[in-house]
Amino acid sequence: MSARVPGPVMVAAGCGGTGRELEAYAGPAGLDGLDLVTRSITLDARPGGPGPRLVEVPGGLVNAVGLPNPGLEHFLATELPWLVRAGVRVTVSVAGATIGEYADLARRLSRAPGVAGLEVNVGAPDEAGAGLFEVREPFHAASVVAAVRREFPADRPVLAKLRPDVSRIVEGARACHEAGATAVVVGNAVPAAFPDGRAGGLSGPAVAPIALRCVTAVRDALPGVPTIGCGGVRDAASARAYLAAGASAVQVGTALLHDPTTVARLRDHLTPTSEEMR
Amino acid sequence: MAERPAEPRGPVHVDGEVVATKRVGGYRHLTLTAPGVPERFRAGSFVAVTVEGHVARRALWIHRVRASSAFGPTLDVVVDVRGSGTAWLAAQPVGTKVAVTGPLGRPFALPKEAVSCLLVGEGYAAAPLFPLAERLRERGCAVSLVVSAPDEAHLLSALEARRSVRSVTVLTADGSVGQRGTAADHLDDLVRRSRADVVYAAGPTDVLRSAASAAEQVGAWSQVAVEVPTPCGTGLCHGCPLPVVGEDGVDRVVRACAEGPVVRGDRVRWDAL
Repeated sequence: MSARVPGPVMVAAGCGGTGRELEAYAGPAGLDGLDLVTRSITLDARPGGPGPRLVEVPGGLVNAVGLPNPGLEHFLATELPWLVRAGVRVTVSVAGATIGEYADLARRLSRAPGVAGLEVNVGAPDEAGAGLFEVREPFHAASVVAAVRREFPADRPVLAKLRPDVSRIVEGARACHEAGATAVVVGNAVPAAFPDGRAGGLSGPAVAPIALRCVTAVRDALPGVPTIGCGGVRDAASARAYLAAGASAVQVGTALLHDPTTVARLRDHLTPTSEEMR
Repeated sequence: MAERPAEPRGPVHVDGEVVATKRVGGYRHLTLTAPGVPERFRAGSFVAVTVEGHVARRALWIHRVRASSAFGPTLDVVVDVRGSGTAWLAAQPVGTKVAVTGPLGRPFALPKEAVSCLLVGEGYAAAPLFPLAERLRERGCAVSLVVSAPDEAHLLSALEARRSVRSVTVLTADGSVGQRGTAADHLDDLVRRSRADVVYAAGPTDVLRSAASAAEQVGAWSQVAVEVPTPCGTGLCHGCPLPVVGEDGVDRVVRACAEGPVVRGDRVRWDAL
């Protein structure tokens, strides 16, 4: 696979707004060269779920945001050109109800100028993404990745974002990599519940040790599979823990909601020339 | 068109400091330094403050901005203790360093002409109406202010506003001070009597909804500062859904922190909130 894995620091899906909101906090370099994964884009617009969508719990946040997004057409017409003009390296997260929808999204995004890569969301923690293709079984996740890979140019990366399921992460990573994923993103919200019992996903510092264990497991079992760590990255030390475990990049999510300058600071600390990078 | 185009725009994330803290009734008033924030402030915008040991930030209305003091420009916020985060904030002594992001959100839109304005606020959420009243007065607007609360302890001081407004009405639900009743009880009458062209409101949903509806009945515009929980305050998390009707008549869900908190009252889908 000739596609380069982005990084070493990326904005995780769903935590970068439309991308524009980060401009005020991006530091002197601005958004130029920022690796950003968009919130998941679907063919049709989705309003997202009802409130409260996020609640604070010890060590993190539980969320059921419901993939709000303006739909592919609007995204291509407005948000994407703006991000490309600002110099952002845009990885588009995609979600669909059928394999055909995933293929359609990938085909149309392959023709859109400035799309650096795709990330296939195959690790939603629960039914928060109601109406989406069921991808919890590695076989199904791999089918989606294969469909996307077929429609997207081989010289650009397709990332598979898996949830940090300690017992099945190696199986999922292997299936997605064999299906053509350039890299696997290990770490997503962990299945959890709101205080009222509603299903959601837990993210933030509490997830870091779980995702780190999963990255280590993938590295040990599948040393040839590029891995991107995601979960609880909030400073240089937490990012380096993933890199030391064998990840080639990290994604920053919940920490941005705590301190929107986190990515700017990490970009300063983790440049591609630093010795931790492979 | 920006009010003063030469001024810096957009939010900043800065290290601030608590320079004064004072208990006022049921609230804690904090004075903060936050370099760059007071200079960018417009009435209705807010700040998000990082709270020790918590992932989500706490959004606070800006009550007052001082262009200069012994500490340089400062901003005053009102903290209503509702949980462990606000309790931490309220307990911090002078000298505590806090990370402040702001000013955030879309502020109140100001009329281009000198029109009659009614400002309605309940509880701590009335805070942004005080700087708004000053801005409106500078434009020659006739301003009437209604401040309401469940009881006297939760009433933001209306005394200081008396200088800049034409009339002040105080309402408390328990009748401990001013007239007895809630803003919702009196709004139709207050809007009619003030002959308001614009109604501005800040407070709980029922107050905002009553203000929007009372304004609509007399053909006035309304601007409401909607308060829904904003976990990040910056527009990044999409965690503060606000159901509205777009200019094109299509139902949408926008972010209260980024597309709000101030929106036109007739645009809010109150039943879906």
